[in-house]
Amino acid sequence: MTYPARIWRERHSRYRLVGVRCKKCGAIYYPPRPVCEKCKSRELEEVELPRRGKIISYTILHNPPVGYRDQAPLVFALVELENGVRVFAPLTDVDPHSVEIGMDVEAVLRRINRKEEYGVIPYALKFRPLIR
Amino acid sequence: MAKIDGKAGIIGWGVYIPKYRIKMDEFVRVWGFEPSVPQSLRMYEKAIAGPDEDTITIGYEAALNALRRAGINPSDIEAVFVGTESKPYAVKPSATVIAEALGITPKTTAVDMEFACRAGSEGIRNSIALVVSGMVKYALAIGADTAQASPGDVLEFTASSGGAAFIIGRGEEASAVFEGVYTYVTDTPDFWRRELSPYPQHGEGFTGEPAYFHHIVNAVKGLMEELGLSPEDFDYAVFHQPNGVFPIRVGKILGIPLEKITPGLVTPWIGNTYNGSALVGLAKVLEEVAKPGDRILLAPFGSGAGSDAYSIIVTDKILEIRDKASTVKEYIERKEYIDYAVYARFRNLIKRIPEA
Ligand SMILES: [Zn+2]
Repeated sequence: MTYPARIWRERHSRYRLVGVRCKKCGAIYYPPRPVCEKCKSRELEEVELPRRGKIISYTILHNPPVGYRDQAPLVFALVELENGVRVFAPLTDVDPHSVEIGMDVEAVLRRINRKEEYGVIPYALKFRPLIR
Repeated sequence: MAKIDGKAGIIGWGVYIPKYRIKMDEFVRVWGFEPSVPQSLRMYEKAIAGPDEDTITIGYEAALNALRRAGINPSDIEAVFVGTESKPYAVKPSATVIAEALGITPKTTAVDMEFACRAGSEGIRNSIALVVSGMVKYALAIGADTAQASPGDVLEFTASSGGAAFIIGRGEEASAVFEGVYTYVTDTPDFWRRELSPYPQHGEGFTGEPAYFHHIVNAVKGLMEELGLSPEDFDYAVFHQPNGVFPIRVGKILGIPLEKITPGLVTPWIGNTYNGSALVGLAKVLEEVAKPGDRILLAPFGSGAGSDAYSIIVTDKILEIRDKASTVKEYIERKEYIDYAVYARFRNLIKRIPEA
């Protein structure tokens, strides 16, 4: 079950690529975390990250986990955003065999899975090849 | 009739069309239609939402493109309307998800609207009223659908997925302003879908004359009469497009020639996007042909039934913003063909054992 409370709590990072920046050392984290890994500061502020980036690495799941079978084969990629922050997210609107390292991608809002017919629908960002 | 006199207009617009296409031959092959059926509808192919897309994701991307053209702060939008007949939730607004994802929340109103294919246009009417009254600075009106059709129904040739979004604000800032809108509504049961029914039904032979043609013709005639305009005063006309034939035929009835209609005709290539139908057509006219000073007739229609006829005048600002986001042409050209089997999978038409 995708818990409504979790979807609500994480909605900014799921919907808008909002990460956190450490006010002390400037490190940026996505997804957001409560403590800076580098300087251990707890003073972090929300920051919206750039929507475009390049694929650094990827993997193709032919047997995706429960809830994702409608989307098989599913591609997950490590994307380096324009500001250098790395995000691990699914790709969409792409032929898995055409995915390449270095491919330019942009964030779009999509349904993450269809796990349940009756539960809260989880929406989150995925990446797809650039349209323009 | 509402005289708007240019007090409100379009600050930004955007569309979204999914990349998957299915050709009409596939429906002929699978269901045994005569090949002349899609030809008689002037249909070539239609757009299909991917397995992770729905009205919310379609409306979101159309609105994101509208924001890119508008260049405004999302938090200055104080009303969000989503017109759709394919809500992802039966109860829970689509508009709040889109408003949250675009950074419009929390100082805003947000609501979903339903009037078959006309609800998105009702969102535009309401947006105009809120702006002209001074209740909001900007309003966002979205028309988006992932339209359902019973497998093998003739509706399957046209029912498609896509959407458009318009940000409405004060006329002084707008790339096109509204001169007036005339709305014509009656209780006409030409098309409906009951609660919990997966597919709509339509009164065969009843959808044309008493529904589509009657309402659009009367709305447009009413608009022209109230504003003192005649068909020649319009440079372009965009009508609701349930197929590739009806908008041309309604133009003929109204005395509007083909060449004023074709620039806004999209259904033969993407299908009928329902609440996006006429609005995607308007976006195409604004992006490809409209010049400052041009007057555009926009007449969406929704079954049930009703039509809004708008007179829109293009301003100089259109030249600055029209290339700031992905265009209708770019989305139409971005395509991947799928066959009926993949279509059936994407549309969730195949029964599988539920996952553990
Ligand atoms: Zn730090």
